[in-house]
Amino acid sequence: MEVGIVSYGAYVPRFRIAPQEIGRVWGTDGEAMGKGLMISSKSVPAPDEDVVTISIEAARSMMRRCDVSPKDIGALYVGSESHPYAVKPSGTIVAEAIEASPNMTIADIEFACKAGTAGIQMCMGLVGSGMVRYGVAIGADTSQGAPGDALEFSASAGGAAYLIGSENVIARINGTYSFTTDTPDFWRREGQPYPSHGGRFTGEPAYFKHVTSCSIGLMERMGTKPSDYTYAVFHQPNGKFPTRVAKQLGFNDKQIEYGLLTPQIGNTYSGAVPLGLAAILDNTVPGDRVFAIAYGSGAGCDGFDITVTENMAKYRRDAGPTVKQLMEKTKFIDYATYAKYRGKIRMKEGGE
Amino acid sequence: MTTARFWRDNATRYNLIATKCGNCGKVTFPPRNVCPVCHRKSMGKMEKIHLSGHGEVYSFSVVYDAPLAFEMQKPYVIAIIKMAEGVMLTAQIIDCECCEVAIGMKVKATLRKIGEEGPGGVIHYGYKFVPA
Ligand SMILES: [Zn+2]
Repeated sequence: MEVGIVSYGAYVPRFRIAPQEIGRVWGTDGEAMGKGLMISSKSVPAPDEDVVTISIEAARSMMRRCDVSPKDIGALYVGSESHPYAVKPSGTIVAEAIEASPNMTIADIEFACKAGTAGIQMCMGLVGSGMVRYGVAIGADTSQGAPGDALEFSASAGGAAYLIGSENVIARINGTYSFTTDTPDFWRREGQPYPSHGGRFTGEPAYFKHVTSCSIGLMERMGTKPSDYTYAVFHQPNGKFPTRVAKQLGFNDKQIEYGLLTPQIGNTYSGAVPLGLAAILDNTVPGDRVFAIAYGSGAGCDGFDITVTENMAKYRRDAGPTVKQLMEKTKFIDYATYAKYRGKIRMKEGGE
Repeated sequence: MTTARFWRDNATRYNLIATKCGNCGKVTFPPRNVCPVCHRKSMGKMEKIHLSGHGEVYSFSVVYDAPLAFEMQKPYVIAIIKMAEGVMLTAQIIDCECCEVAIGMKVKATLRKIGEEGPGGVIHYGYKFVPA
């Protein structure tokens, strides 16, 4: 059975903060930090936004763009490492907001930055086996770095939603492959507000090893080479890593251009590859082939080989905002406002 | 408000579900069992409909002295919105500066956090409006 993307939707909060502003407060060279990470600004959620509201924005845009009845959705997964509740699923609220419940299965997923793509794979299995007609997979985050930590320059917010099915597919998923090991490069213990990371350990043995192995493994299985793909998107904790890994693998700058969003919006964690893929799909025409590799610390990669179908020509993309439109609607804030919005200022009991 | 009272209206609040009188056509929000105009004549004829989410600002106020739960967002705008279906409702207007809000401004509904019962309590979600 042909399984693929039937519709998709994206969302990025409108607030931005620049690395210079973060550096100014902590006495670090923000300019140099931004250059090193290849990040010129990162998105910041409003105080009334969280993973649930971001997921709903993306999912509603996804539903507006297609004619699928929400009642035909049999599964919904929200992948995130910043679910607003430790116990109580984000997915139930999202499903209610798109009027898909109650005849369906729902679960929240966590695998650092690749929980959203793990959801896509779960939906592929359910659709492919005939267990459900349509499945929704969402990757969204409102991640935080500890104040003053290098992560604070990149951890941002955003997400994208994918409707997976076998009818009216706009982008067929030709194959998926994952590469996973036990690697403690980044983690957050229960109850801790900020994550910890292994510093330099996050590069070679973690990101590069997994992204490279997954990319090569996927191309071997599909019998393809980088030049067979029109576009490619890699997980992007900063602008530097995906640019370097793409080059090492033999992809050129043109192939990764549309999907590279971190330089403008920061690292949206579980939202990163879903959003990058959405930005690519915003620009594709039938026949385009897309290579997507998500990475999650801990650590693992989910790779996808995707071909855009004829249905893309009549797909109602305009019924929801494109990633480019979302990236243009911005308001820059200072560090004090950022600290207030992100709950870094201790408030009196009863406040948000 | 209690968790249960909020929960009962979740479907209404998430998706702007209203009622339309099958007798006179009047749209009411939140949904009602009986039309406020036709009363008994509307019995059994109240149809559930979705508001389109589009409307315009009928009147508004900028709140500077906010309750503690809204401290993060002040100053913010509370407005009476006249929906395309004719019904009025009160909601916060977000994603713009207070000074940009004007009577007659076109807005559309979105969903955001509207409050929470303390740091360990339930989070409430509901409609707010953004410039259309
Ligand atoms: Zn009536």
